[in-house]
Amino acid sequence: MRKTGIPSLEAIRSCFPDTLVKPKAIIECYEEIPCNPCATSCPVQAITIGEDLNKQPRINFDLCTGCGICISSCPGLAIMVAEEVGEQIRFKIPYEFLPVPEVGENWLALNRQGEVIGEALIEKVLRKNKTLVVSVLVPRDLLYEFISIRRPK
Amino acid sequence: MIEKELVIIGGGPAGLAAARLAAEAGVEVLIIDRMKQLGGQLVKQTHKFFGSKKQYAKFRGIEIAEILSEAALKLKVEVLAEAVVLGIYPDKVLTVLKGEEYIKIKAQAIIIATGASEKVLAFENNDLPGVYGAGAVQTLMNVHGVRPGSRMLMVGSGNIGLIVSYQLMQAGIEVAAVIEASPQIGGYLVHAAKLRRLGVPIITSCTIKKALGSNSVQGAITVRLDEAWQEIPGTETTYEVDGICIAVGLSPLSNLLAMAECRMKYIGELGGLVPILDSSYQTSQNGIFACGDVSGIEEASSAMVEGGIAGLSAAHLLGKVHPQYDELLIDYKQQLSNLRSGPGGVKIRKGLQKMETL
Repeated sequence: MRKTGIPSLEAIRSCFPDTLVKPKAIIECYEEIPCNPCATSCPVQAITIGEDLNKQPRINFDLCTGCGICISSCPGLAIMVAEEVGEQIRFKIPYEFLPVPEVGENWLALNRQGEVIGEALIEKVLRKNKTLVVSVLVPRDLLYEFISIRRPK
Repeated sequence: MIEKELVIIGGGPAGLAAARLAAEAGVEVLIIDRMKQLGGQLVKQTHKFFGSKKQYAKFRGIEIAEILSEAALKLKVEVLAEAVVLGIYPDKVLTVLKGEEYIKIKAQAIIIATGASEKVLAFENNDLPGVYGAGAVQTLMNVHGVRPGSRMLMVGSGNIGLIVSYQLMQAGIEVAAVIEASPQIGGYLVHAAKLRRLGVPIITSCTIKKALGSNSVQGAITVRLDEAWQEIPGTETTYEVDGICIAVGLSPLSNLLAMAECRMKYIGELGGLVPILDSSYQTSQNGIFACGDVSGIEEASSAMVEGGIAGLSAAHLLGKVHPQYDELLIDYKQQLSNLRSGPGGVKIRKGLQKMETL
């Protein structure tokens, strides 16, 4: 990842819980940096960093409610929330581009190198401090691949 | 001649933090800044900052600039904007150019928080219009709303290169690639990941060979580097771009410190020629302090904390002790060691160690 900026599949998998029956935060913070808003913004103390700002966040999936407050708190845009909904996954992702997605639109689903891997249905758009939190539905098999969206041309 | 207790040169994160602490201690403070708007480089930063609450983490740079300037102005800190300090004399007299006016100011103490300037890169045709420093690109885009090109090549994958590339994409400018001479990405992986998911390639062990075009940039030729940083023949790639952005690091803007005859030392890990400071951020000249990037290239978060210490110390020297002097000093030193203790702080720790042994 230090060479390409793309995490390995193992690294990605290690950020996910065993089950996503309920929504959970997926934190992809792959190195120690001096930063802790995820931990200080979590209303249920599910995310811990501790006294040393540089430690990577640890998440307790039993406590995490999937509320998504950490999504727009993370300055690195490294957090999303995932939840199984039948044959689909509902992702809540941070998004900072124009135009703003509209509910009901079908956008392109992207992987971690920006390749199109399918479609994402826009379910909800929350405006928070200019970093939007967008809820989308994508096919279940994209669980470990999906990361972001792009407007179709 | 105007007389002031404390003059702070530079109204960026370090200078503004220093102004606030000194003013809280009851010192009469004047900030001199060459720009119209206070905040230094913060005003161009549209991304959210790292750190903890104490350093305004998760706020955007532009918001932090507002928070810091409001706090200083509330304390009646005086500001001389759009003014350039030209000279600094042994009796702490500053000569300043404000428009057409030449002003002399005598200070009892001075804090130099002039920040840094961008490093340049030597390559063929690097003087073509369309070759920009990353700071210029940010000023055009984020301050003036002007697009610097339609498709650009970014040279350098430190945090600035990665962040500015992301901001270019936000402004609707395509980034053809980010190239990096070293074998590894220089900046934070979260910034790299943000950019990769937009489809922007990051190519390590690669440098720019030449810019193409006669009147302005029409392309760029890059070349791969081997382990010894030597060009590998036959690996040239041509990019069709109308802009090239250079983000290969910063050097402390320490001319004024040298002029004040502060003891200086070249420390590569700190970005170049820096003043030798004591633990109160005082230079070898009594009553002249330095903080922020001018004393070593680092993040805005640490610049603010250093500014706080310099502000407290300058006030102390002037006989005005901040009511929370002891607690704040301990807290600031703790914040700095916390910010620097991770893997990203290796370079700065090494540089500061070198300074301590002098």
